[in-house]
Amino acid sequence: MAKLLMKGNEVIAEAAVKAGCRYFFGYPITPQNELVTYMAKRLPEVGGVFLQAESEIAAINMVYGAAGTGARVMTSTSSPGYSLKQEGISYLSGAELPAVICNISRGGPGLGNIQPAQSDYFQATRGGGHGDYYLPVFAPASLQEVADLMGDAFDVADKYRTPVLILADGVLGQMMEPVEFSDKVVEELPKKDWATTGTRGDGGPKIITSLDLDIGGLEAHNSRLKDKFENITKNEIRYEEYEIEDAEYILVAYGSVARIAMSAIKLARKAGIKVGLIRPITLWPYPQEPFIKTRDKVKGYMSVEMSAGQMVEDVRLAVNGHAPVSFYGRNGGVIPTHEEIYEKIVQLSGGVKA
Amino acid sequence: MTMKPVFKKTKGLTEKATHYCPGCTHGIIHRVVAEVLEEMDVLEDTIGVASVGCSVMTYEYFNCDMTQSAHGRAPAVATGIKRVLPDRIVFTYQGDGDLAAIGISEAIHAAARGENITIIFVNNAIYGMTGGQMAPTTLIGQKTITSPEGRESVSQGLPMRVSEMIATLDGAAYIERVSSHDVPHIAKMKKAIKKAFEIQKKGLGFTMIEVLSTCPTNWGIDAIESLEWVKENMIPVYPLKVFKNLEEVK
Ligand SMILES: Cc1ncc(C[n+]2csc(CCOP(=O)(O)OP(=O)(O)O)c2C)c(N)n1
Ligand code: SF4
Repeated sequence: MAKLLMKGNEVIAEAAVKAGCRYFFGYPITPQNELVTYMAKRLPEVGGVFLQAESEIAAINMVYGAAGTGARVMTSTSSPGYSLKQEGISYLSGAELPAVICNISRGGPGLGNIQPAQSDYFQATRGGGHGDYYLPVFAPASLQEVADLMGDAFDVADKYRTPVLILADGVLGQMMEPVEFSDKVVEELPKKDWATTGTRGDGGPKIITSLDLDIGGLEAHNSRLKDKFENITKNEIRYEEYEIEDAEYILVAYGSVARIAMSAIKLARKAGIKVGLIRPITLWPYPQEPFIKTRDKVKGYMSVEMSAGQMVEDVRLAVNGHAPVSFYGRNGGVIPTHEEIYEKIVQLSGGVKA
Repeated sequence: MTMKPVFKKTKGLTEKATHYCPGCTHGIIHRVVAEVLEEMDVLEDTIGVASVGCSVMTYEYFNCDMTQSAHGRAPAVATGIKRVLPDRIVFTYQGDGDLAAIGISEAIHAAARGENITIIFVNNAIYGMTGGQMAPTTLIGQKTITSPEGRESVSQGLPMRVSEMIATLDGAAYIERVSSHDVPHIAKMKKAIKKAFEIQKKGLGFTMIEVLSTCPTNWGIDAIESLEWVKENMIPVYPLKVFKNLEEVK
């Protein structure tokens, strides 16, 4: 397929359609509006349904209803809207319904602003809503990666019967890049014998619920969910390593910041500093492996984020005291430049205190 | 001599015994909805949406596919189902706390969109499940555990007439308020519920049947007095009426 020059939000939408998503329930919020706009035009072309809901709460509950029928369904939003979707995401997880949610995140807390940010990391990676649950979180760093990941996101959702989050900051949503969509067509969705589509020909009523008033029953259900989360952790972790073989220092960054960090690393390498990058692609489950294999060799890690310091906590957990971990971040919608990250690398290599 | 059955259990309900308090009319309303679905021969093509309230376990009672939804969100969940499966019958079963308070937005917008679903709205003028708090539908002077001196209008507002309000929306196709307090009214309730499902089957738009119902446990009176209380106190505030009938308008 030929390369197309597209905006990030549109790439997400088109890749979802190519992955077989035919139902979209959304609500306007910057900086993800192009996604909603694209779906409004595109879904009717492929026999799907676009519906603008009255709120993010309604949208995620429409997703819940549609997911219960076994359809591939998606919603998208940005940070304040993602907060409103938490109730529904908790219910999706409890009732084990597959769906894909995008958060094109922006500055917070509160109304914050409409500039890019990565300050929803805690909310994304710790379930976000109430109850004992996690949801897989994909954090692409380029539009090509978005195009490649959307199909996997829907597959993971179906395979494990779980909501899946695409967490992309406003930079990715708004930027334009050439992308190539794969020619793979989704012919048939996996069979979903649990879906509530009516009982005709299938024996008896099916129930979708997250309620279990029997304490033993709920504990058993939650244990099954826990097993599922362990399975996802075993099978679905993704990350990229860049220049880490001989690295004395390792930066950790995800999404658009990882690309800026790579430019900084190139500068530093030219200056003779041995520095590399670990880029988590799944933020939950969080990649442990690249840390375990490097943490006794390197002199330190630095988490670089567009937040006041959130992912750095997962870096500390993964490094587990084996090496110093520091943090550099800009937030409130400020995007760090590769020069300022380079300066931080220079400082870091000048002497890290344990 | 052969015996003729005069009363049969409807196929629309499962074998499971309901958990409702003695004298609660939730059970009667269940049976009526189930009978209608059975008589219309649509049980196999129906997806019901349970809400949060005393009727939360309704998914174990209706003999059709069921989805349980978050508090107040049933009309949004039903919308999601119906948009994927437009040829199925989709209904929600919601209490007055669920629909008139936390879920009023979802109910209004489903109606405004003319969403082709049916809402069974059970108004017992109180939050039953959580132990008898004031609802938007609680009557002036009615004692609840959060209006212990009786609801008064200045600080606690006035009862909300949901059917009247929803009927003002152009998307609403059929809106009627009925009652469950005696046999003739139960017969009328059945007619109304059947009408609503038939309109949905024809694809004519949003339908809602509000059913006045009892909560002897939280009203603090017995079953008989509760039926009387509906008649004497609720009906004057919540008149029984067809508020919208799109078919007649045509
Ligand atoms: C988000 C949320 N808030 C509050 C509750 C607690 N809650 C459960 S049932 C209920 C009220 C239900 O009352 P109503 O809809 O009138 O139904 P009834 O029990 O009277 O049939 C409330 C507030 C909840 N489950 N979820
Ligand atoms: S608490 Fe009230 S509404 Fe709930 S089952 Fe008992 S009588 Fe019915």
